[in-house]
Amino acid sequence: MSAATAVLTTEARLIGRNRAGVFWVVAFPPLLLAVLGLLPSFRAADPALGGLRMVDAYVPALLLLAVIMSGTQVMPGFLVGYREQGILRRMSTTPVRPLTLLTAQILVHTGIALGSAVLVLALGGILHGVPLPRHLPGYLVALVLAVLVALALGTIIAAIVPTTRLATTAGTIAFFPLVITAGLWGPVQVLPEIAQRIIELTPFGAAAQALDQAMRGGWPSWSLLGVMAGWTVVLIAAAVRWFRWE
Amino acid sequence: MPIIEVTELRKSYGGRAAVDGVSFAVEEGEIFGVLGPNGAGKTSTVECVAGLRVPDAGRVRVAGLDPLADRKRVTQLLGVQLQQSALQENLTVREALVLYSAFYPAPADWRTLAETLGLTDRLDIRFGKLSGGQKQRLFIALALIGSPRIVVLDELTTGLDPRARRDTWQLVEDVRASGVTVLLVTHFMEEAQHLCDRIAVINAGKVVALDTPAGLIRHTDGVTVITFTPSQPVGDLDLAALPAVVSVRQAENGQVTVRGTDETVGTLIALLARHQITAHQLQVTTPTLDDTFLHLTEREN
Repeated sequence: MSAATAVLTTEARLIGRNRAGVFWVVAFPPLLLAVLGLLPSFRAADPALGGLRMVDAYVPALLLLAVIMSGTQVMPGFLVGYREQGILRRMSTTPVRPLTLLTAQILVHTGIALGSAVLVLALGGILHGVPLPRHLPGYLVALVLAVLVALALGTIIAAIVPTTRLATTAGTIAFFPLVITAGLWGPVQVLPEIAQRIIELTPFGAAAQALDQAMRGGWPSWSLLGVMAGWTVVLIAAAVRWFRWE
Repeated sequence: MPIIEVTELRKSYGGRAAVDGVSFAVEEGEIFGVLGPNGAGKTSTVECVAGLRVPDAGRVRVAGLDPLADRKRVTQLLGVQLQQSALQENLTVREALVLYSAFYPAPADWRTLAETLGLTDRLDIRFGKLSGGQKQRLFIALALIGSPRIVVLDELTTGLDPRARRDTWQLVEDVRASGVTVLLVTHFMEEAQHLCDRIAVINAGKVVALDTPAGLIRHTDGVTVITFTPSQPVGDLDLAALPAVVSVRQAENGQVTVRGTDETVGTLIALLARHQITAHQLQVTTPTLDDTFLHLTEREN
């Protein structure tokens, strides 16, 4: 087994053993969808949502909930803990660089967030008849970009926060604005035009819009994808500059 | 050729010199001790040897290689147990051993290592649930897992109970017996005296002495301590005139304490005998590395 594979397998196991993390990322969003879909107000077609039901319009927000949890709460906890406890330092004394560990973390969290998204879509379809996205490739591109921007945010949190405790606090403070822009408190489409334009400039506001467009059958607009890509590049550049290995 | 060479090493943090011109050479197959009080610069020195820190000045060579420029080759030769490091809480002993085996081109057999270090019945226990001694044994196993030629052990027995400490010392001796050179960092004199072939005493970033444990002790004067309670007053005897006496003190209860050398002991006993004074509760304490260490580090402060 190569060193990189060994690190990847190990991190996948460890992330899986973090029960709270697994619950919030993998179990909570599908559960929330299952419950919300039972509410009568969520089952009626709504003209304000372009004829979609509330439960259909809610799916992108729930996917983004998993993505945000995974990127800004769970992953920074791992990375800051690894630095704080000297695990990255210990690894620096072996032929393997600690960057391998960081990469493994990013890959596993990406995989888990995408897996959770599949679960939400599948469960929504089976339980509540939520249609599959009409433009699947566009949906996938928007989702992957959302995962990347969430992990980039997580890396910047891990870069600037010195202790695990502060990482949790930072993650929590970041959490509310992120999920609100993602539409978890209600679809952004019902807000005034100006508020919608501003929210489209935030990483998850753009993500929610892009997912919504792909769900309705179009390729997500380039400006929304560009907003996500731009945030990812800026955040990663900042994280690379500020991240400390010890 | 020495396997580790450190020449005029300097390292400062925020203008304060932590390592201030340290030089020493470690020969292949020895247990070399780096001894000093907390904050003396021991850890910074070995971190430069392990390639974890960039020296401000000076030269470090490990088997002739630069730990920074030849990082990959040095990490394959040098196993490290760090003072402040841990493993992932939820990683089991077996997983840690398998993971670290995968890092090296020619790893030792982890099952044999686990057996040697008494970890066989702990293989499925998570790191966070191990006792202090078990964690240290696992760290030693991980330091040895790449079949290194040298191991660096930093404050190996800090926080261990006396029993676990003795067991760990035995392990270090076994490691050396298998042909591995050991660089041991410690602030326990007893540990250094027990294990090391040679010791560099570091204080305030400088090497203040470098010798065998016995050699270091020999150079410490005035630390043989003789205490006794005389059967009759010794007030008339001029104890201070005995050879090599450093100090004479008499306590309220009549107990006399004389500090000197081995030479003082013989002449004192003879003097008492001549005056037919019996020395009750006679105790002679010879210097230990502890005294030497205090002596060396006090002189510098």
